[in-house]
Amino acid sequence: MELFNPNSNVDFLAGRKVSIAISIVLVLASLVLLATRGLNYALDFTGGVIVEATYQEPVQVDHVRDALEAAGIHNAQVQSVGGTRDVSIRLQPQADQKDVEAVGRSVMDALQKTRADAALKRHPDFVGSSVGAELKSSGIVAAVFVMIGIMIYIGIRFEKRFAIAAIASEIHDTILTLGFFSLTHMEFDLTVLAALLAVIGYSINDKVVVFDRVRELFRMTRKAEPYDILNKAINQTLSRTIMTSLTTSLTMFALYFVGGPAVHGFGLTMLVGIVIGTLSSIFFANPILYWLGVSKTDLMPVSKENPELARRP
Amino acid sequence: MNDFPRWKYVLVVVVLLLGILYGVPNLFVQQPSVQVTANRGATVDQALKERVQGILEKDKITFQSVDVDNDHLLVRLPVGASDDQNKALEVMKSDLGEQYVVAPNLASTVPAWMRAIGAREMPKGLDLQGGVHFLMEVDDKDVLDKQVQRYSDDIRGVLRDKNIRYQSVGRGPQGVVVQLRSADDRDAATSAIQSKLPDLVVSNGATTGDSFTLNASVKPDKVREAALNTIRQNQATLSNRINALGVAEPLIQQQGDTRIVVELPGVQDTAEAKRVLGAQATLEYHAVDQDGNAYDAMRSGNIPPDDKLYYMRNLGPDGKKIPILLKKKVIVSGDEMVDASSAPDPQSGTPGVSVHLNATGGRKMLEFTTQSVGKPMAVLYIERTPEVKVIDGKEVRSTKITEDVISSATIRGVFSTQFSTTGLSSSKEASDLALLLRSGSLAAPIDIVEERVIGPSLGADNIKKGVFAVLLGLGAVLIFMAFYYWLFGLIADIALFFNLVLLLAIMSAIGVTLTMPGIAGIVLTLGMAIDANVLICERVREELRNGSTPLAAIRAGYDKAWATILDANVTHLLAALALMTLGSGAIRGFGVTLFIGILTSMFTSVTVTHAITNLIHSGRKKLKGLSLGSGYSNRAAA
Repeated sequence: MELFNPNSNVDFLAGRKVSIAISIVLVLASLVLLATRGLNYALDFTGGVIVEATYQEPVQVDHVRDALEAAGIHNAQVQSVGGTRDVSIRLQPQADQKDVEAVGRSVMDALQKTRADAALKRHPDFVGSSVGAELKSSGIVAAVFVMIGIMIYIGIRFEKRFAIAAIASEIHDTILTLGFFSLTHMEFDLTVLAALLAVIGYSINDKVVVFDRVRELFRMTRKAEPYDILNKAINQTLSRTIMTSLTTSLTMFALYFVGGPAVHGFGLTMLVGIVIGTLSSIFFANPILYWLGVSKTDLMPVSKENPELARRP
Repeated sequence: MNDFPRWKYVLVVVVLLLGILYGVPNLFVQQPSVQVTANRGATVDQALKERVQGILEKDKITFQSVDVDNDHLLVRLPVGASDDQNKALEVMKSDLGEQYVVAPNLASTVPAWMRAIGAREMPKGLDLQGGVHFLMEVDDKDVLDKQVQRYSDDIRGVLRDKNIRYQSVGRGPQGVVVQLRSADDRDAATSAIQSKLPDLVVSNGATTGDSFTLNASVKPDKVREAALNTIRQNQATLSNRINALGVAEPLIQQQGDTRIVVELPGVQDTAEAKRVLGAQATLEYHAVDQDGNAYDAMRSGNIPPDDKLYYMRNLGPDGKKIPILLKKKVIVSGDEMVDASSAPDPQSGTPGVSVHLNATGGRKMLEFTTQSVGKPMAVLYIERTPEVKVIDGKEVRSTKITEDVISSATIRGVFSTQFSTTGLSSSKEASDLALLLRSGSLAAPIDIVEERVIGPSLGADNIKKGVFAVLLGLGAVLIFMAFYYWLFGLIADIALFFNLVLLLAIMSAIGVTLTMPGIAGIVLTLGMAIDANVLICERVREELRNGSTPLAAIRAGYDKAWATILDANVTHLLAALALMTLGSGAIRGFGVTLFIGILTSMFTSVTVTHAITNLIHSGRKKLKGLSLGSGYSNRAAA
């Protein structure tokens, strides 16, 4: 059984102008979204106190907000969590509010004044704002380090054009995934950040497989036209690209559907990232590589230094 | 075809067996238990074991065993007897009293021989077992303030000693600012400070009229050292206090330069925990009353009017408390101390603690010691814990005060700001005393900057869901692979299963704490590990299509796929490494899992499958095709 025709010869590069244009538009749109709408940061990043309340009867988020306003609690972010009865209320950290229990009590007092059936769901959590800010910056540092590390490795093992194409697609994938979170306004917490960094790992995996084939084809083909080589490489690795994205998606679906709320965001981010990463391997990384002007001669000298790589003369 | 060396088969078998051995402990169900540890000098011994057995038998609580294990005693209860655990906890607490810490725990049921070779279950993170998590931050500004204060006093002393006249010594934006009257004085002051106080960097400041400024700042590495010392002090005091909470396996860990993570599994009452963590400690130096007999006073209750009866923190050799009578008058208190460090006595070389007081403290000490050479002096350690009790429906705030004497020594000479306590029995005793002295005097305030509570049922729920997600993800991939690649898929499936076993085994053996993000990492690893097999299978198919014989196709397939697998995995490892080293908490746990998972998957997906594939196909020379999906099984060799 074959999911794909092993001898397929689709001209993926033909639509490169369109695909790159779409990518650029999506990246720009994501950046605009991130700049204007931003991310819905979770407590991990914003700091503050989170109070989760549960009602016996369904409740509307607006009512909760009004009840809080009436009691003089301003700037509270109210969200419904799973269903119509549970809400989470996030308050920004205040210097004089060290006592988490007291904050929880005042919120519950406010809610019970309008609705007697409100109850505290669990003990409130508290995160200082410095902790959150540090997390954000260490996340960015981690992402930058990953990219630099990958760039150096690919630069050494392949060639600098490959490194540039890889990093361009990494940035592309990361921004699009972030854009998705901005668009849907889904909560961006620590596990989502972890998943985002894992997406970089997944996506580079994908690109390296295609690049590897590009390198191989260049070396074994006597008269290597970059256009044909790149197309051939995408076609020959297409089946594995899709297969791996399917197996990884299967496990992430499992995580998303049965793993519980703690890893919900993780599973979703990975799923989105897998789709973006897979598409960018085909429609973004290789057109970039083509435009950068990769050629047979660029790849040959490396083989003299690394005899094990020169499988075919 | 025999391109697969025999030693590799051996390696595969050995690694898989080890993997099973070290992975299996995770399947043992933990049993409820009650752990007893000694508090302040009490001992855990055979007598305690008999006492505990007696208590349990009296209350008819069925227990499996009572074992003395190093420093603690463990009562194992039958699996599932969590009601009995609570009951046992209650009766043991009330019977054993304050001398022992009694805490609920889950005991491992892994056989002793397995534990002896380091095979054990993975410790579970707070998100999987429930409990309280605090992140505490040391106020490093306060640390710096105290340092500047201390050096201001020192500079004044140095200038006085050298008869250098100064206008003022005070706090500046960068440290200490000294105002002098002439350039000559300033030069003299500079050289005096530099020779006496090498921890300071001295530079000339602005000159206005007849006022010459000198700036002295603390060397950055000294500031850092002070901050680290503060963290260490706080860590030590926190672990002492947490003992009082009765937590079996608390985690107190330094994070970064200024933070301490405190995780208390099983604890739900944050208010109580916070009160205990936020206790304040102080020190007082008192004269020991030699006229009164402390033992008599303890028995009769007749205490001389100027005295108060205290007890030594360490119990006597007979296991009983040692009473001591101290004069009520305080000689010097903790806030007048600027440093205490363990240092061997320069004369005798025995372990000792060197104490440094500020100028005021030094004056008082001088006054006292001039009259008291040859008499003993004691250090009283006082801890104030705020308590909230509900009386008649109202919250009543009170303070629980614990006082005990941590050291008593004879005064050998007259001293003021600098002195040492010598004659301690070991250097550990000296460093313990120094730590106590510092924590009672210098501990910078620590603030709770993060507080999270995970309910016990949520933890259990997380485990259940996490395990289900792992199994479901694994199952889906197994079926998918077998369906698409037939025999080769099944071989990959075996390898994937062993990948999971190996991953768990390594995580357990090196003691990685399993958390929810860690589980997500395991699931992700399962999905991505199969990538190597997909690469191999696709390569072998390609070779077959290109007309290779089945055996040649296998060889070439593995050979060519390897370079790709290596490149792909190394880049992936880089990503995992960054997560592991740069992330904290959740991200770190995920990164560690991913990192180990990539390494194990390279072994199982390539070496293990290659071994199995060779084993199946090597003897069969007349293969028509390979079981690699329809269309490949009967492809005649071209």
